[in-house]
Amino acid sequence: MLLISLDRHIKDRASRAWMLLWLCFIIAMPVLIGTGLYYKSSLLLKEESVFGLLLSKEWKPLSGKFGFYPFIISSLWVTILALLIAGPVCLLSAIHLTQYAKKAVLKIMRPVIDILAGIPSVIYGVWGVIVIVPFIAKQSDKILGKQVSGYSILSGSIVLAIMIIPFILNILIEVFRSIPDELQEASLSLGASKWQTVKFVLIKKAFPGIVSAMGLGLSRAFGETIAVLMVVGNVVGIPHGVLQPGYPLPALIANNYGEMLSIPMYDSALMFAALVLFVIVLLFNLASRLLIVRFEKRI
Amino acid sequence: MTKKLLRKIEEGLFRSLMSLSTCIIIFALCLIVFSILIKGIPSLSFEMISQTPRGGFYFGREGGILNAIIGSLYLATGATALALAISLPVALYMNLNLISRKKTVNAIRFLLDLLWGIPSIVYGAFGFSIMIILGMKASLLAGIIVVALLIIPIMIRAMDEGFKMVPPGLTESSLSLGATKSEIAFRVFVKQCFPFIITGVLLSFGRAIGDAASVLFTTGFTDRIPTSLSQQTATLPLSVFFQLSSPIPEVKNRAYAAAVVLTIIVLMISILSRLISGRFKKTSIKF
Repeated sequence: MLLISLDRHIKDRASRAWMLLWLCFIIAMPVLIGTGLYYKSSLLLKEESVFGLLLSKEWKPLSGKFGFYPFIISSLWVTILALLIAGPVCLLSAIHLTQYAKKAVLKIMRPVIDILAGIPSVIYGVWGVIVIVPFIAKQSDKILGKQVSGYSILSGSIVLAIMIIPFILNILIEVFRSIPDELQEASLSLGASKWQTVKFVLIKKAFPGIVSAMGLGLSRAFGETIAVLMVVGNVVGIPHGVLQPGYPLPALIANNYGEMLSIPMYDSALMFAALVLFVIVLLFNLASRLLIVRFEKRI
Repeated sequence: MTKKLLRKIEEGLFRSLMSLSTCIIIFALCLIVFSILIKGIPSLSFEMISQTPRGGFYFGREGGILNAIIGSLYLATGATALALAISLPVALYMNLNLISRKKTVNAIRFLLDLLWGIPSIVYGAFGFSIMIILGMKASLLAGIIVVALLIIPIMIRAMDEGFKMVPPGLTESSLSLGATKSEIAFRVFVKQCFPFIITGVLLSFGRAIGDAASVLFTTGFTDRIPTSLSQQTATLPLSVFFQLSSPIPEVKNRAYAAAVVLTIIVLMISILSRLISGRFKKTSIKF
């Protein structure tokens, strides 16, 4: 009897230790990734300063010139444009779904959001290549009279916008749901119309939540690789318009990995690109998540 | 009077814009699924899904995408199994042993959300640099490990959502009957939250099978079906990505067919997780 219970307690101890071990591993993960990438990019960082690399415009890996400015600008163009497309659509749709829509509409939208979120990025890329890129090329020819290939910043941001819609929409729905009903009831009982209540009470109250949802969407878009890579054109240079091709940071890493192994400095430069991506996304996420946590506490 | 009218117009305008936005989202999904299916289904034949590409995946005009289908299933199954072995203990520990430390648990949740936000290309680059340090080559095993790292945060958070809702009374009554904490974890929590575990696993499997950026350098690509963990492996997303850029129409058709297969798998997972989570809800104890 004693033996059996001893056995059980040993098992308990062992399984707890096992659980704790993996918990520590997970907690250490971001630190591990950060140091790993920093270690690999230290070769390049010894030669040049961080700001020098980020602001220099020349990208000639074979002669040892690594300027990340064109890639960062391309990334900013694509992500900000994507957010400008996706943001208003998500906001309007989230208000519609939480305030106006019938239960049946919400029932249809649940799986729609889930499926959109579950579609792999490469599928979005194929869709971009067979639908968006020819569409842009045709419209540009028709409206502006300009011949373009269609592989452009605009195509990239349209594809990206659709990809981040389910992500932002999910958070926004949560945010609007967490606003207490009493606030709206008070506003309605004072004679305000439904739309006035939404405009002056709901949006005002949810504002920090909306900002952080957009921030999270932005950071998700910033790191997206394959779908953007397939439609954005990948030409090194600073884009001057939305119909020109761009070359975002993730695409740079994905396209050049493998061939850079023979040149240590090139390898180091791409790892530096990954580090920049990691840091930017982490900071954006951190800021947005902190904002959302504070928002939840205030309610 | 005109002010009232203007207000009415404003409300009407915004309401129609809202409905329009919702319609756009539904329309976008339909457009994506239909255009993938229309493009891919004509090239989807029995030969396509039962043969490996002949004469090289990039140049060969014959053969199918069996290498990528099998490779993706191996990779996603392996990664999901590995992630489950790590995620389940962590999620259980968070909700059972750390239950009195709300702040610590919330900090861990926050950290997991951050990890979830890290782009998969960063995981890929990190995994690749670790592989070089260890002297490993691109292989199925390396891919499984990197993809597992990628999906662990998603899986833990999905399970955590379930474990969070286990009523404390259930834990207390088990403790009073003399059960150890690990017994409660694996016999009570796992049983009670089974639907959440299943949805977490399915969600992660879908993510694992669809991710391309993390396997780009870590699993490589090959025409053959892998027979061991140390071999390079083809995956469906990369099969789409590589073959789509080919100028040869037959090769392009393989990419479209692979896209259809991938889409169908993902849709099936979505439907399955809905069905399962609805069915198992009946078996858990209600309070």
